[in-house]
Amino acid sequence: MSSTAIQIISRSKYYNWLVKNLFSTWVNTILTVIALIFVYQVGSFFLNWAIFDADFRYNFQGELIIDRGFCSKNIVPGEYGACWAIIFARWNQFMYGLYPIEEAWRVNLIYALLPLAIIGILFDKIPFRRYFIYFTFIFPFLAYFMLYGGPGLSVVGTNKWGGLLVTLFLGVTGIGLAFPLSILLALGRRSKMPIIKSLCVVFIEFIRGVPLITLLFTANVMLPLFLPDGVNPDNLLRALVAVTLFQSAYMAEAIRGGLQAIPRGQVEAAQSLGLSYWQTTRKIVLPQALKIAIPPIVNTCIGLFKDTSLVLIIGLFDLLGIGRAALADMTWTKLYYEVYVFISLVFFIFCFGMSRYSLYLEKKLKTDNS
Amino acid sequence: MTKIKSLFISLVLTLGVSTAIAGSHGSTHDLVKERGKLMCGSNTGLAGFGAPNDAGVWEGIDVDVCRAVAAAVFGDASKVEYVPTTSKVRFTVLQSGEIDMLSRNTTWTLSRDVDLGLEFVGVNYYDGQGFMVNKSLGVSSAMELDGASVCIQVGTTTEMNLADFFKANGMSYESVPVETNSEADAAYTAGRCDVYTTDASGLYASRAGYPDPSAHVVLPEIVSKEPLGPAVRHGDSEWADIVRWSLNAMIIGEELGITSANVDEMKSSKNPEVLRLLGVDAGYGAMLGLSDDWAYNILSQVGNYSESFEKHIGPNTPINIQRGLNALYKDGGILYAPPFR
Repeated sequence: MSSTAIQIISRSKYYNWLVKNLFSTWVNTILTVIALIFVYQVGSFFLNWAIFDADFRYNFQGELIIDRGFCSKNIVPGEYGACWAIIFARWNQFMYGLYPIEEAWRVNLIYALLPLAIIGILFDKIPFRRYFIYFTFIFPFLAYFMLYGGPGLSVVGTNKWGGLLVTLFLGVTGIGLAFPLSILLALGRRSKMPIIKSLCVVFIEFIRGVPLITLLFTANVMLPLFLPDGVNPDNLLRALVAVTLFQSAYMAEAIRGGLQAIPRGQVEAAQSLGLSYWQTTRKIVLPQALKIAIPPIVNTCIGLFKDTSLVLIIGLFDLLGIGRAALADMTWTKLYYEVYVFISLVFFIFCFGMSRYSLYLEKKLKTDNS
Repeated sequence: MTKIKSLFISLVLTLGVSTAIAGSHGSTHDLVKERGKLMCGSNTGLAGFGAPNDAGVWEGIDVDVCRAVAAAVFGDASKVEYVPTTSKVRFTVLQSGEIDMLSRNTTWTLSRDVDLGLEFVGVNYYDGQGFMVNKSLGVSSAMELDGASVCIQVGTTTEMNLADFFKANGMSYESVPVETNSEADAAYTAGRCDVYTTDASGLYASRAGYPDPSAHVVLPEIVSKEPLGPAVRHGDSEWADIVRWSLNAMIIGEELGITSANVDEMKSSKNPEVLRLLGVDAGYGAMLGLSDDWAYNILSQVGNYSESFEKHIGPNTPINIQRGLNALYKDGGILYAPPFR
């Protein structure tokens, strides 16, 4: 067959697909055209705004933009392109908050090591996985030492942390701590021991019954009032405790859903083989239950990652908080769209990544024949 | 109660929460000195009053009060840690001892002063609800606003003040209800109403962000009292005195014409009050438990009130606020500090 023939066939394949899916009836054709016009209008407007008509570091006259007065849109009437200079000028704050800039290498190091710390638990077919897992367990202590400081490193109080650092700290640590806790809670809720069961039920239902913002306020406002003068647990850690408890309750319910989907016969079979409760749970029940629970677990993780932005209400400068602080500075005020679009993009990257990973995991663990 | 407390402590410790246990049940002043830095409750970002700049350094007239106190206590205005607080948590953060003082545009009211267990030590900005209109309306006084449409946040004191003002002057208005202040700003910019009303400082800050600030005018009438000032915890008068007089020193500095530029020359002044303020006549610092050059440190490192005002919110800044009520009593304002004697 000549190459022309292949082209014709493949072209007709596309043609068929188009006709079948987009232009099959009059109504569909009209809808397709309207949708295309809409996508074109919105897309071209956005691209012009965000890229083609936008200022990055320099304005249309080639001057370095040092405040909003230099933005092309504030000089040329009718110009509307974005002025991304605020992101460049505040890049360090978006990444590290008010962390002393001469110490920022410590945060960069942790950012660089974070993928190495989680790769071992995310993927099982990588070389030297065992060592990656070891590293995963060392990493929290290393990160604490590097970020907070200690012998040999100057101490940087958490009130100086901010931006992506706080968002990732709350998100990653919150999810990491909540996961084991939530497994225990889910098992406890299914336990036959009445006290453990009722404790778990009360805990889960209480936490799920109040919004995260209430927990944050409780941790931030109520806790210090109970404590004696001078004992002030760190603000960020208080928020972390609230976030972890919140996440563990939601994740526990997702895992319980998985546990309930395991047929009773599996447990009975394991028991008849003489396996203990913990053996049954660890080797038979949990591997299957967690697999079923992956989509809801990832769902709660994505939700939590975005919920971390609520901490701005208790005065922590997470990514959103630091963006709002940037907007409060007279140098940059009113560049709302630029800041919020940038923050959305960062959140999108992380949440989309989590969502793709869960799809990958579902496919990989799919063992049934359907 | 002790049991509950110790239970909580052990709970917190076991959670691995880092704690800073104060040695003794000392005064705030001792605690601050021991810690080596002042913990100051600031805004989470309000232009001209308190916000981190591009380099991450806090700036604003509220921030300058914190710096003045640090200068008085340590002789170094930079020994401040800022704790960003929102309007919702600011008072509990102060009550729980997390911060030593609060300086974030907080209105001094009876209930806050008395019921919340706070002590307002003075006023560093006299604010009040004002009106902003487009210049093209040709209005120069709020008395001419009869029949105007007003963007107003529902359920706020601003709304009540507005109703009272129009009623008292026998005028009517058409309200355009909005939820938040930024929504009101947006609605006004979009031309959905003739008048935008909120605290005057907020009006100026909004106006500074408009593409053409000169097209809008903030009317001279101020219809409510909003004295904003620093606050400390109730029950520690020595510390309250230090914060109060740090603020007063800035105001008296302006009265006496002492600036950060001429403070060294002023040390050889003939005016006895200047000599007392700058610590040339010794003894006044000791009364506060400070060194004699405490006010000198404030004026040389932070500057007087006028310098702070002009630098952060004055007519030469984008916020462009006239001194107005915040001028000294002898310049037609109501800014007045008790004598330094």
